[in-house]
Amino acid sequence: MMFFEVLKLLFKKPFTNKFPVKYAPKNTLGLIEKVQKGEVKINPPVDTPPGFRGKLEYDIDECVGCGLCAQVCPSHAIELVKDKNWVIMHCKDGAKLAAPLKIRIYVSRCIFCAQCVDVCPRKCLKMSDEFLLANEDKLAEDLIIPGP
Amino acid sequence: MSEHTYSIPVGPLHPAIHEPITLKIDVEGEEIVGVDVFCSQVHRGIEWLGMNRNNPIQNIYLAERVCGICNVCHPFCMVQAVEDASGIYPPERADYIRAIMAELERIHSHLLWAGVAAHEIGFDTVFHYTWALREKVMDLIEYLTGNRVTKAIMMVGGVRRDISEEGKKKIKEGMQYYLEKFAKIEDIYLNDPTIKMRTRDIGVLTREDALRLCAVGPLARASGVPKDVRQDFPYGAYADYGVKAITPDTYNGEIHADVFDRIIVRLLEVKQSVDIIKWAVDNLPSGPILAEKNLVKLKMLLKKAEGEGIGRVEAPRGEDIHYVRLEKGKDPYLSWKIRAPTYNNVLPWIPMLLGGQIADVPIVAASTDPCMSCLNRVTVVDEKGRKYEITKEYMHELSVKKTRRLMRNANRSF
Repeated sequence: MMFFEVLKLLFKKPFTNKFPVKYAPKNTLGLIEKVQKGEVKINPPVDTPPGFRGKLEYDIDECVGCGLCAQVCPSHAIELVKDKNWVIMHCKDGAKLAAPLKIRIYVSRCIFCAQCVDVCPRKCLKMSDEFLLANEDKLAEDLIIPGP
Repeated sequence: MSEHTYSIPVGPLHPAIHEPITLKIDVEGEEIVGVDVFCSQVHRGIEWLGMNRNNPIQNIYLAERVCGICNVCHPFCMVQAVEDASGIYPPERADYIRAIMAELERIHSHLLWAGVAAHEIGFDTVFHYTWALREKVMDLIEYLTGNRVTKAIMMVGGVRRDISEEGKKKIKEGMQYYLEKFAKIEDIYLNDPTIKMRTRDIGVLTREDALRLCAVGPLARASGVPKDVRQDFPYGAYADYGVKAITPDTYNGEIHADVFDRIIVRLLEVKQSVDIIKWAVDNLPSGPILAEKNLVKLKMLLKKAEGEGIGRVEAPRGEDIHYVRLEKGKDPYLSWKIRAPTYNNVLPWIPMLLGGQIADVPIVAASTDPCMSCLNRVTVVDEKGRKYEITKEYMHELSVKKTRRLMRNANRSF
């Protein structure tokens, strides 16, 4: 009984997906350089299923700045900001108009619950399947949506 | 207490206890002669946030983070309490989807526990094998909800995601996989002499003690108390199914109320969960999944609502209770009280540990499946003031050594 089990395990492929490379690299930065040059190929990660909740995508042109997403965000990752373009366009003649609002999302605070996606009346927020978001700097450029 | 008694503090952070809690153990040689438990080592102010900062919709995701593994039971329990208070009741289809999610979580939690228990007694092959099996249910959860662990599926008055025909097929395939593999897990855990030696008659909690100390969940059921919220006060879809509490005598007709019985109860519950999921998928009623689709309107309704409500859910570790009181015109709750199952299951540690050995502390503590974070070390303070530490590695080594010793002795006697 045990003998067959051992034989079976000998010829079975490992369950683990060796991501990103088969063996742990001695020098991570060196590995990244090699990948960029095209010398090393990266094992792709396991595919995400449809409807996966990953990094948010934001369509800034569709957004009307209602602020509902900021109201329901459990982790306070969404901040309402003034739309810079709008202020410059309309305030040159000195008129003080209320600037329309846009949002800024801090991905490092996001808990990926997709509540903002559900509540958005203009459907300008979407969950992508991007999940490799680890970074040493929580205010890094790619962790703030929309980018600069 | 004689002069040979030493006092050993375990915790507040300990990997075997998985929870910030302190145990003061008095030992005489190897035998434990006195145990004291100190709770409330971790206070995160979750209830305060719910009562002062968040609105009810934000609270669902806060409740999800009370415990990483029970991330369906806590929001499930909370939304039940809010529904009770506000009168927004979920449609039937949502009840069934909630039951499916709760049972998927039970399978994943019990398999995780079984793996940890095997690791605590130094049986790492079984640990890896069990966790490889658990991967299937994690993939299923990821497919159904969009994430492996935090499901974010609960909403006041329903659920947020529907189960499609494709999803039903995937669930059925997954459940078939578990039915096929169940015989093997049963064989490994229940017929293996090593596991039996390390867990039989260890950490006994008598039926009287279980009733007196209000033990809940698999711990109480392993002591012969047929206590299950799904059976006693059925909620949601469980009322249609008719769950029966599992006690170890349904397996072999005898109750020892020890760690081995807890393994039996949890493994049989995995099988029971598989049955419930199969039944729920077959009988999934059609219809809407939310009582109030418009979230903004729901938020206003909850702001206007007034009253109090209680939610009760059978979490993988036992009965979970949330009490919520809503006030008119205010977003945060007026009052929110959580009673997690581990709270009840901590005091039974005292009768379970008395008379045991230090090497049994990890497995006995783990047998109640306490649900917290990991521990780093145990500090041992000598009475003369000389201080040294027992590390996690040392304790684990003691546990592994005991297993080997028992196996050697067993071989000699046969």
